[in-house]
Amino acid sequence: MNEKRSRSFYLLAAFFTAYVLFLYGPMFAIYILSFQGPDGGLTFPMNGVSLVWFGKVFSGSGIVDIAAAFRRSLQLGLVVMVLTVVLSVSAGLAFRRSFRGATLLFYVAIASLIMPSIITSLGIALEFRLLDDFIIKSGAADWTTAMGLFTSGLGAHLTWTLPFGLLIMFAIFNRFDSRLEEAARDLGATPWQTFRHVVLPIILPSVVGIGLFGFTLSWDELARSSQTIGPVNTLPLDLQGLTTTVTKPDIYALGTLTSAVSFLVIFLALVVILVLQARQRRHGSDAGKGLV
Amino acid sequence: MMQDRKTFVAWLQAAPMMLVFSVFFLLPLLLVTIVSAWDYNEYEMIPAFSLRGYGDTFEGCIADLPNLCTILKTYLKTLKLCLLTWSLTLLIGFTVAYFLAFHVRSKTWQIVLTLLCTIPFWTSNVIRMIAWIPLLGRNGLVNRGLEGVGLIRQPLEWLLFSEFSVVLALVHLFTFFMVVPIFNSMIRIDKRLIEAAYDAGATGWQTLVNVVIPLAKPGIVIGSIFVITIVMGDFVTIGVMGGQQIASAGKIIETRLNALQFPAAAANAVILLGITILIISALTRIVDVRKEL
Repeated sequence: MNEKRSRSFYLLAAFFTAYVLFLYGPMFAIYILSFQGPDGGLTFPMNGVSLVWFGKVFSGSGIVDIAAAFRRSLQLGLVVMVLTVVLSVSAGLAFRRSFRGATLLFYVAIASLIMPSIITSLGIALEFRLLDDFIIKSGAADWTTAMGLFTSGLGAHLTWTLPFGLLIMFAIFNRFDSRLEEAARDLGATPWQTFRHVVLPIILPSVVGIGLFGFTLSWDELARSSQTIGPVNTLPLDLQGLTTTVTKPDIYALGTLTSAVSFLVIFLALVVILVLQARQRRHGSDAGKGLV
Repeated sequence: MMQDRKTFVAWLQAAPMMLVFSVFFLLPLLLVTIVSAWDYNEYEMIPAFSLRGYGDTFEGCIADLPNLCTILKTYLKTLKLCLLTWSLTLLIGFTVAYFLAFHVRSKTWQIVLTLLCTIPFWTSNVIRMIAWIPLLGRNGLVNRGLEGVGLIRQPLEWLLFSEFSVVLALVHLFTFFMVVPIFNSMIRIDKRLIEAAYDAGATGWQTLVNVVIPLAKPGIVIGSIFVITIVMGDFVTIGVMGGQQIASAGKIIETRLNALQFPAAAANAVILLGITILIISALTRIVDVRKEL
């Protein structure tokens, strides 16, 4: 390429800047507006500055029990995170060898990723509905439903987070040097020891990344939750419900709060990843430090 | 013997994920297909073969000819929104990816700028949708601004809760799904090919059309599949940004579901699935996606 910055560079840089402004502008608008004064409305200009609307969110303001939805989303997100990490790492290891059904599993994961959410959601709702009907017909007259946060809801979220986890595992093992494992084996390590002391420490930063994906995808998930979560709501569902009824800035305060949780989780994950990488560099190589 | 054990272990390692997909993805899809051909009444679904779900969906389609019936109109509208969103996200996504891949030279800056584009992706979609309200509403910044400089007298009503705001929100939400795969394809292009094109006397435009675009095609196809499947099935964005006034393929399914008409919802899901698969298979004919992952 040319060494001098060309005119097209400046044009494209301007385009990129416009895109970033387009991305961030509206979000900052609601972050700012959530600090409206008590008499402020949904639009600019600001009518004073206060924390009133955050207080309204936590006191429930009579609409929905936000604190409970908050707790539920958090619990579900954590369970989804753990399961996504464990199942993705396990399957990622499997894909390094050939096994029966490898191609099938790959295509199923991709299909699950690109399937319109409403269809997956409908299917799971249908499945549990049929299950409930079956149980009631079998004689359990007081049975209500098997649907719930940690049955149908959890399953629906996993169909969304697992494909991401698997694809990240592919990326990790694409650049993994398998000679390290051979060395461990030659030194007499069992497969478990090889995994625990060689493979896991190397892939750990990326595994934290999978956990991060798992949590935030579940935390913000709406379309797949809509029909599968059962009688209670998650935070995004409550938020969506509020869009049609609420005309006050408390919805912005709620938005600011959930974004803050997302950012906090990302920040924590990044810190963990950086610490792990720093430790890897410190312990990673003793080349040139030895006596011989 | 050893080899057998190893593949068995691999199979065991993959089994939990396979199990989750079987119970929560494959079986549900199968049930959708089966139930779409069941009968139903106001209270329950009846496990007997009937095409009532499909019949109700296309009700009046033949009688209404040559006018379009509701379902066909809805699908045309969904396709229109999909096409608009797809072309805009492709145009923006390609340009952004091109800038990041070819004009940002240092690796660090590439990472920083990519992260910058990723951050909004971590915020809930609903929040990113309602974020447009203070800008596009009757008393929003845009209307106030335009009135302020004297361009309009009345607030523009079509800014919010319209097809315009739906497409705007979809582009806002999903352009990133285009940027990532296209950037991934572009970063693999050997820079010497582009130098060779210049040396052979090609203009910038000719290089773009004859070298960069063909080589970035896999990324373009993957990004397109993401955006198209999301928009075809979307009911949340179209619901919120359309002020619950615009019908879409996904919205029909949701409405039927909320009325507990499972077979009718399933029939609509099967139709939507069929159309989505048609579009995807047309796209994957252009390029072998598996090779690119």
